[in-house]
Amino acid sequence: MAVQEDVADTIAGFALFADLSAPQREQVVHVFDEAWFSEGERVLRQGFSGSGLYIILEGAAAIRIDGVDRSTLRPGDYFGEISCLLGEAPVADIVALRALRCIVLPSTQVETFLKAHPSIMFRLLQGEARKVRNTTKWLS
Amino acid sequence: MAQLEERPFPPGRYSLIVVGSGPGALQLTYCLHRLGIEHAVLSDDPAPGGMFRRWPVFQRMLSWTKPFTGFERSSRAYERFDWNSLLADEPPNRAVMTGVMDGTSYFPSRPEMEKGLVTFADATSLRIRFGCRWETTRKEGPDFVLGTSDGEYRSPLVVFAVGVAEPWRPTGLEAVPHYGDLRPVETYKDRRVFIVGKQNSGFEIATGLLPLARQIVLASPSPTKLSVNTHSLVGVRARYVQPYEDSVLAGGVLVLDTSIDEVKRTGDGYQVRTRSAGDDGVLTFEVDDVVAATGFATPLRDLPDLGVATFGQSRLPAQTPFWQSATVPGIYFAGTIMQGSRGLKKHGIPSNSGAVQGYRYNARVLAAHLAEERFGVRLPRLRLEASDVISHLLAEASHAPELWHQRSYLARVVLVDPDRGIIDDGIAPLANFVDAPGPDAVAVALESNGRDDPYPAIYIRKQGTVTEHLLEPNLQLNFEDHAHRKALTAALERLLSPSLSQPQL
Repeated sequence: MAVQEDVADTIAGFALFADLSAPQREQVVHVFDEAWFSEGERVLRQGFSGSGLYIILEGAAAIRIDGVDRSTLRPGDYFGEISCLLGEAPVADIVALRALRCIVLPSTQVETFLKAHPSIMFRLLQGEARKVRNTTKWLS
Repeated sequence: MAQLEERPFPPGRYSLIVVGSGPGALQLTYCLHRLGIEHAVLSDDPAPGGMFRRWPVFQRMLSWTKPFTGFERSSRAYERFDWNSLLADEPPNRAVMTGVMDGTSYFPSRPEMEKGLVTFADATSLRIRFGCRWETTRKEGPDFVLGTSDGEYRSPLVVFAVGVAEPWRPTGLEAVPHYGDLRPVETYKDRRVFIVGKQNSGFEIATGLLPLARQIVLASPSPTKLSVNTHSLVGVRARYVQPYEDSVLAGGVLVLDTSIDEVKRTGDGYQVRTRSAGDDGVLTFEVDDVVAATGFATPLRDLPDLGVATFGQSRLPAQTPFWQSATVPGIYFAGTIMQGSRGLKKHGIPSNSGAVQGYRYNARVLAAHLAEERFGVRLPRLRLEASDVISHLLAEASHAPELWHQRSYLARVVLVDPDRGIIDDGIAPLANFVDAPGPDAVAVALESNGRDDPYPAIYIRKQGTVTEHLLEPNLQLNFEDHAHRKALTAALERLLSPSLSQPQL
């Protein structure tokens, strides 16, 4: 499903796309699909193959592991990147907490996409580094 | 046709109303009728066919009906090779398209497709009130009230099968002719044509204009995908790749990955300014014609005001796995709009719910769902012997047209009930199987990952938890061999044991 016209403007405020010009943002959004999920609907399924990289436009989602909610994701947050990068099934469910609107890139296209957009790759790496840092702090 | 003269279904209250008379509506009303569900069918059109009464503009379908397959044309297995016929229980009404095609192509012409739909509607005696235009919708108590050109209709259940055929143009292109506005092809002779959009409709126009136009430019921000590369129906189909080769061999076609900054009228022609995302470079084209091949939206009229949530450029309604509006219970969708029910969309590969070969099966599932959930009909289920389960599931993976056409989307479900035994629960949406609660069961689907040959995927629900088990692909697409039997037997051991104590290997 091609994305609505407002998406290029919406992602202008997201850290992941902060380094892109307007034409670059427009090109980027055309690579993605748009998806909509109801409250309670699973977006990613723990242990299922064939995931994707999702970026939240509107709404909120829970990271749920073995039925327990661990964290909440909001607009500008992304998920699914770890399973895409590692080529493995997700280790958590992602569940819409209310109506959730996302853009999504299939896992098969993530490597090509990131190599074509180094600034997005760097921003994504920063995000992963923050997660590692926070986990390290929590463990210590 | 009898239905043109009778004008059935006068304004009033009905237990279910279907709006539309394209293939989606025809398939649904056929299936509802077979299940004995009384309903009204309303259509603005004068005859069956929906969008195939007009399009595709170059009058040839992209979906094939393969005449020689080794399977009887009235068999279920043949449906895998016939993407265009609607489904019928009676053998004479199956594979209708094979009887209306002239044999010069395995892609039917548009008139052949339209004739096939009219033939099906006549042969199965479908009753439709033609010339009745749905105009407004409101809710009154339990009922939806449809204001139409013939008066008001009331029902607690309405299925909209109105296609995704409303021309859509991005901001700035409002005054540009759309795909559907294409003039007679000879009027493009020796002209420079700029086509906005690089999906099938853009490449279809470019292909049709190749022998006539002086220059053709195809432009949109993202690179072209080809179906032969995606191993799916995502991307431009092989039949329309010729302009791409012309571009690569410098024959006069340009295929550009650019944003369209501005389209301006200049005397008899247009000036188009594009901007490259890569280097921000600006190019200006002086052309005679511009065509917006920018897609279509769903003609939902006032349904969003009623609370129907939509998403994406096509404004598709968000739907549950059984094609009910995700936000307004009682409103359902059929036909190509069913692509708004996403399913698992594994590896980014969509279902074929946007096309006849996909949504015809959705319609049958929806009819059965409505019959059971809304009308209290209990459909019979086949009871299986434990020793037959492995063979049954692998035969479905090898031959079931529902699974082949609707990969990762529709599945064959078998319930394992300690009291009732092992029961074939029919074809069901896979998303519902994996996400809704239910008894111990197994579902088999066929899946693709955009790289390898298709492979069976087994989903096992045991004590409320669903696990995925992927079987290996098979070069000859045969999943009934020893290796697959062994793998499936091992996967089902916990679910079926001890009932499946003696699997036949």
